[in-house]
Amino acid sequence: MDPHMLDGNAVAGLLQEVFAAEMTTAIGRCGNCGATEAIGAVRVFRGAGVVLRCPHCDNALAILVMRGDDIWISLSGVRGLTISRS
Amino acid sequence: MAGTALLGRLTWQLAEVVDVVAETPRVKTVVFDVPGWPGHRPGQHVDVRLTAEDGYQAERSYSVASAPDGTRVELTVERLDDGEVSPYLTDELRTGDRIELRGPVGGYFVWEPSAARPVLLVGGGSGVVPLMAMIRARAAALSDVEMRLLFSSRSWDEVIYRDELERLSGGGLTVVHTLTRSQPPGWTGYARRVDAEMLGDVSPRPEERATIYSCGPTPFVETVAEALVQLGHEPHLIKTERFGPTGG
Repeated sequence: MDPHMLDGNAVAGLLQEVFAAEMTTAIGRCGNCGATEAIGAVRVFRGAGVVLRCPHCDNALAILVMRGDDIWISLSGVRGLTISRS
Repeated sequence: MAGTALLGRLTWQLAEVVDVVAETPRVKTVVFDVPGWPGHRPGQHVDVRLTAEDGYQAERSYSVASAPDGTRVELTVERLDDGEVSPYLTDELRTGDRIELRGPVGGYFVWEPSAARPVLLVGGGSGVVPLMAMIRARAAALSDVEMRLLFSSRSWDEVIYRDELERLSGGGLTVVHTLTRSQPPGWTGYARRVDAEMLGDVSPRPEERATIYSCGPTPFVETVAEALVQLGHEPHLIKTERFGPTGG
């Protein structure tokens, strides 16, 4: 187990900045294994960018890279996201 | 709900340091006044941003340590020697200084004082911080919900919030310490890392369906969560929050 690993709680602010919603309670479905998990419970690795990984199969769910005033996002590993509107 | 009152743009704002309190040799609590603070839920975070003169910025997320209390927001920070942000927060900040902060954020690792179920809190080192916000909010709400804290520290001198935890104990709050590296003379409590046997001793029975919050370094949290599931606790009642060296 990688001691540098965090979880989705650590990027709550960044995700709220991007989605304009509280995202740690959002439920994501992994595009690889199909498992569902709260974003607060997914694995997060920080380096040059932020990678969110499925805690069940380690698939990269999302990648976010900050470049100056821009954020580049890939959501190719997520099949679906359920976000509370309340 | 405070977390959703902010829907839309999260904005950075200046927070003023009103006090700095040494908790242990490596840990300090920085007390901020944040004008217009909308309140927070126990367990929520704030992001802190530092900007160097050349424009380089570093952002880190910290759990709020205090119960909701007007515009007062307390962060308890462990100094990580190779951290980008924590040495500045613990060594350099003085009363009257201002730094950029945004929040509150998060909603997954949150406890509501109105919740009726018993609660088990399992903290390792500075992982106790969001758990302390829950303990303080319980006390502020005069709640009699059964709450147990199993708190792992390296030594008695490194127990964060030691006196306050002692003061708040009783009336449904039980605090159990384990000291993993050194123990004071005459210590009769646990003196090893948290394991399944210890969790079995301290936890409410699985049939009580306690809500469980565990926060600490990644290996600590993984060990605790796996052991609790083996003991029969339902995985969906176990909320975890990991921090690592990159949290600094």
